[in-house]
Amino acid sequence: MSLVTPLKKAQGLGSAQHGVHHWWMQRLTAIALIPLTLWVVYVVVAMSGAPYAEVLEYFQSPFNIAMFTLFVFTAFYHAALGLQVVIEDYIHKEGFKIAALVGMKFFLALTGATSIFAILRAAFGS
Amino acid sequence: MKTSNRPLSPHLSVYKPQITSTLSILHRITGIVLAVGSILVVYWLAAIATGPEAYAQASSLLGSWFGQFILFGWTLALFYHLCNGIRHLVWDSGYGYELSEAYLSGKIVVGAAIVLTILVWLIA
Repeated sequence: MSLVTPLKKAQGLGSAQHGVHHWWMQRLTAIALIPLTLWVVYVVVAMSGAPYAEVLEYFQSPFNIAMFTLFVFTAFYHAALGLQVVIEDYIHKEGFKIAALVGMKFFLALTGATSIFAILRAAFGS
Repeated sequence: MKTSNRPLSPHLSVYKPQITSTLSILHRITGIVLAVGSILVVYWLAAIATGPEAYAQASSLLGSWFGQFILFGWTLALFYHLCNGIRHLVWDSGYGYELSEAYLSGKIVVGAAIVLTILVWLIA
């Protein structure tokens, strides 16, 4: 016998009220990162060793700007989801755990935003 | 709640390391390595955005033997996590759960990660 009400069961959101959102976003970002990563690696390999002016040229292509921006956003989102699980698995003191989770998300938001603004600045000049 | 010194599951020390368990924890370790290494990505992009001098400085830092060593490790972690991530996505769609398949896909992932890493470093 289940103590869960029929409505709760139908909604399928569980005790955290988020349902499978975390699991699903982890997979969705993973799938998106396959082509994004391959493209970014390809471009970085192509520009390795090139002089500054030439490197800057790679950031003038609208497609490259889009791919780099999407890569950074998706990768940092994926990292935040992954590190969240790692912290939840290994840090058992409630206070430390929440502090680590908040600190990790703030740090990734800051570095992710910095990366995207850097891409846009390289693209549009300062 | 007071918890005694009971041993915590999953009692890692009583198991012999196997390719399945080793690759599983490697997926998590490379994930953490990539997240920490993303600081390099921010640094590199910020240097490009800042100007030629900052870019030259970043290039010489990343071009030093220590920078290359870190970058090589980061590339290997990236390709391992990418390949093993695809392996996980295959499992998520319900395939490859037989032990023989899991061993085979594990070996393919390790091989592909090494080959891709060497390929990128030969071209770049």
